[in-house]
Amino acid sequence: MKRIIAAGTVALATAFAGTAAAQNEQFIPANFYWVGPYAPGGSGFGGGMIDYFAMLNERDGGINGVKLTWEKCETEYRNDRGVECYERSKKKGPTGATVIHPLSTGITYSLIDKSIADKIPLISMGYGRADSSDGRVFPYVFPLITNYWSQNTAKIKFIGMKEGGMDKLKGKKIVNIYHDSAYGKETIPVLDVQAKKYGFQITHIAVPHPGNEQQSQWLQVRQIRPDWVILRGWGVMNPTALKAAAKVGFPRTKIVGVWWSGAEEDVIPAGDAAKGYIAAGFNLPGTNFPVMQDILKHVYKKGKGDMEDSSRIGSIYHTRGVVAGIVTAEAIRTAQNRFGKGKPITGEQMRWGIENLNIDDKRLKQLGAVGLMNALKVSCMDHEGGGAVKFIQWDGRKWNVISDWIASDQSIVRPMIEASAAQYAKEKGITPRDCSREK
Amino acid sequence: MSEVIFFFEVLAGGLLAGVMYALVALGFVLIYKASGVFNFAQGAMVFFAALTFVSLTERGWNFWLALVVTLAVMVLLGIVTERVVLRPLVNQPQITLFMATIGLTFVLEGLSQLIWGSQPHGLELGIPDVPMEWLSQKWNVNISQFDLFSAFVAGGLVAVLAVFFHRTRIGRALRAVADDHQAALAVGIPLQHIWAIVWAVAGFVALVAGLLWGVRNGVQFALTFVALKALPVLILGGFESIMGAIVGGLIIGASEKLAEVYVGPFVGGGIESWFAYVVALVFLLFRPEGLFGEKIIDRV
Repeated sequence: MKRIIAAGTVALATAFAGTAAAQNEQFIPANFYWVGPYAPGGSGFGGGMIDYFAMLNERDGGINGVKLTWEKCETEYRNDRGVECYERSKKKGPTGATVIHPLSTGITYSLIDKSIADKIPLISMGYGRADSSDGRVFPYVFPLITNYWSQNTAKIKFIGMKEGGMDKLKGKKIVNIYHDSAYGKETIPVLDVQAKKYGFQITHIAVPHPGNEQQSQWLQVRQIRPDWVILRGWGVMNPTALKAAAKVGFPRTKIVGVWWSGAEEDVIPAGDAAKGYIAAGFNLPGTNFPVMQDILKHVYKKGKGDMEDSSRIGSIYHTRGVVAGIVTAEAIRTAQNRFGKGKPITGEQMRWGIENLNIDDKRLKQLGAVGLMNALKVSCMDHEGGGAVKFIQWDGRKWNVISDWIASDQSIVRPMIEASAAQYAKEKGITPRDCSREK
Repeated sequence: MSEVIFFFEVLAGGLLAGVMYALVALGFVLIYKASGVFNFAQGAMVFFAALTFVSLTERGWNFWLALVVTLAVMVLLGIVTERVVLRPLVNQPQITLFMATIGLTFVLEGLSQLIWGSQPHGLELGIPDVPMEWLSQKWNVNISQFDLFSAFVAGGLVAVLAVFFHRTRIGRALRAVADDHQAALAVGIPLQHIWAIVWAVAGFVALVAGLLWGVRNGVQFALTFVALKALPVLILGGFESIMGAIVGGLIIGASEKLAEVYVGPFVGGGIESWFAYVVALVFLLFRPEGLFGEKIIDRV
């Protein structure tokens, strides 16, 4: 009898200890994609984020003693699956889902209303609705670092620099080859405004999904004879575009891609046709950054890394995921500083944490991420928080950085964001927040 | 560049693209001719073949050895498909066989990524996909060497398959099986062997299509989508005609490219993917069996 009581006591104690441990965990859903046509992006990004969290757990014991936990859910980059994964994960962990990285513009659109109702913030880092940068109308959406419109102004600035000044853009021809989807069309309005401002001629050419056949589009490019081509592709559309450009003899050094067209997976399949191609980026590749060295030391050397293919560690998608991990962890830290250190936070508190996030150069150095990403300061008014872009060029083997951080042109972007957000607020009957009252 | 030259460049590009579509369509036609089944898994077979080949070469295998081994894998896949998927379904309604090929698609897609991973790969066959210089310089017309090579390969395949189907005993047996499983069995045609052979040949065609499309797009999951390009070709050319596949491919390729370039800009662009189906459906109004399809007359 005594033995039974003792065993029961041990079992109960273990259960309580387990519960206590579970209570001191912060759950972050890993709703990404590891199969299907967009798997390289999903697995790289997801792997980077998970690796960063694992490193924090191994090196620091989590954030102020709160261990980070996650669970993978396969979205297949499909809206319905993205919503299903969201619903499945939102109540997991002691405080529910902390934050969602939808990693898809379409899924982000599908979750905007749900995230407000459930008080779970969405981080659409480098994708999603550009006008959600206006935090007064979109309190739970954060298109952090740089939205598509900001990026596009940086791209035109880069082209202007290459031409010898913004005034030299007058009379130039630029073709915008875009994926015929909500994502692809997102930058058409801002390009039209820029064309008017700087006097260049813009032609938009749509590529139907998935973009595995682009002969007619590139023949049109050949006929127009543009000075530059902006490539706004995704997945197979990117290498196919570079191959098709080679086929019509258009120089790849005059093609500037969005960051979803600027990973190793976009250029390697194109072989020699990708040499000289330029892409925008808000994160840089490599394993030399101290934070990446820590991931190798504390995670991969212990056999706990998420990337099955070790050659992908430090690739663009992987380091982008690491940046997502840094941003997420720093927002949790910020929220803990306000709502109680060493305790898991709720989604609502995380929203505050992201909105008050400030990763300055000093903090970047402490994080070992100088050069990996740019400084970031978010506010109620500005859910973007950065707005600078670097440009990288593929030499056939690796990406080389060819510019400094180029700031976006907020004189163009911000009025467009506010106008679009105001229109959205009107349609949805939303009363914008008064940011001066937010603390 | 003059408008006339540009028109011919678009036309030539479309015809050559159509040949690439025809290559994929051929795989569908083979299975349909022998079993009356629309093989939904053809796109997945293209992906599986190309991914196996490129994964072997990236592991240091000799080009020809990798090609032979991949071909052997595709033949094996055909035999296993016949044994595991089709044999238990003999004399079942065709819709059942069709559903089985849908299942096979997902199995193949998952298996490919499980074995070889989901990363895209580059593929070069040693023929540059760049314009032929002399043609560019003399006529200012860009025709890719690789496109011409693809057209040559597709032409060769069509010729070989046409001879195989019409001039050999196995070919005639294949056609008999397609007409009626039970009748073919009754006259002593070994149905299982015939199906295994035709699936193996379809695997070979998938390998060829996978290699050529892989050079153009890279070897990645999106290769499974090339099947979508073959569908309007099949509707137009007829599901059981090898010649229909090639002629249908040429018509679809040329018309979708011309439409994209000359009509697309007026309606926002990006029309070629659905315009191909419009062309195919218009043809169906006049020839429901497709251009080269067999007219089926049921007597009551």
